[in-house]
Amino acid sequence: MSGGEVKKIMFTVRKAPHGSIYVYEGLEVKLIMAAYDADISVVFMDDGVFALKEGQNTKELGIKGFAATYGAMVDYEISKIYVDRQSMEERGMSEDDLLVIGEDEDTEEPIKPQVVDAAEIAAMMAEQHNILVF
Amino acid sequence: MKLAVLIYEGPYNHEASDSAYNFIQAALARGHEIRGIFFYHDGVYNVTKLMEPPQDDRHIAKRWSELGAKGIDIVVCIAAAKRRGIVDDVLVPNVRISGLGQLTMMAIEADRLVAFGD
Repeated sequence: MSGGEVKKIMFTVRKAPHGSIYVYEGLEVKLIMAAYDADISVVFMDDGVFALKEGQNTKELGIKGFAATYGAMVDYEISKIYVDRQSMEERGMSEDDLLVIGEDEDTEEPIKPQVVDAAEIAAMMAEQHNILVF
Repeated sequence: MKLAVLIYEGPYNHEASDSAYNFIQAALARGHEIRGIFFYHDGVYNVTKLMEPPQDDRHIAKRWSELGAKGIDIVVCIAAAKRRGIVDDVLVPNVRISGLGQLTMMAIEADRLVAFGD
C-alpha cells in the first residue's frame, strides 16, 4: 500500500436487487473486503435503494433472497452505509421502509442505513481512492 | 500510475470487455502499470479456451491470455466462475482462478481501480 495509508473504498449500489445478479455478487465483494484493512463505505442510490426495502420476498421469483444478508455488513463492521434521499423519494420510499440492518451493541437500538442527500454523497465520493459500482 | 481493472461483462455480448482491453493497451503504452485484471459476474466467460470466434473477428480470450503472458496478473473470481461452470480446465493460459481477496488486494494496492460494465 502506498505510504501505509488506509485506502478509502466506496461501493455504489445502483441497480434493483433482483432481475440481475449484480447487486448480490456486489454484496459478496463487500463482505470479503470488510476483512481487509480498508475504509469501506456503501451508498445505495437510483434503483439500488430497492435493495434496502423491508419485507422483500423472492419466493415467487424462485431465486435465493439476500436482503437478510445486509445485516452481515454491520456484523463485519462496515458502519458507513448510506442511502440517497432523492432516489428513495422518487421511488415512493421513506425512511420507514428501510431494512433494519443491525442493532447498536450498547443501546440495542435498531440500525438503519443513514439517509443522505446528493451533496453529501458527492463530498464523500471526492474523498475516495476507489469506487466500485454494482 | 498503478491501475487495476475490473470487468463485469461477458465477451462479444457487451462492449465492456473490448473497452477494458483498449483501456489497458492505452495505459501500458503510456507507461502505466497494470496491477491486475479481475473478472467478475459474467466477465468470467472472457477467458475460456472453448471460445472459437470466426477467424475474421477478434479472439477475446486469446487477447487476455497474451496480456497475461506479459506478466499481468489476471484473476477470475472463483465464486462467480463456479456459478457459471468456469473451471481451471477451460481457462486459457496465463489466467488464474482465485477469490475476491485478490480483487481487494488490487483495489488496495492500485492507485485507481477502473470498472467496466453496466
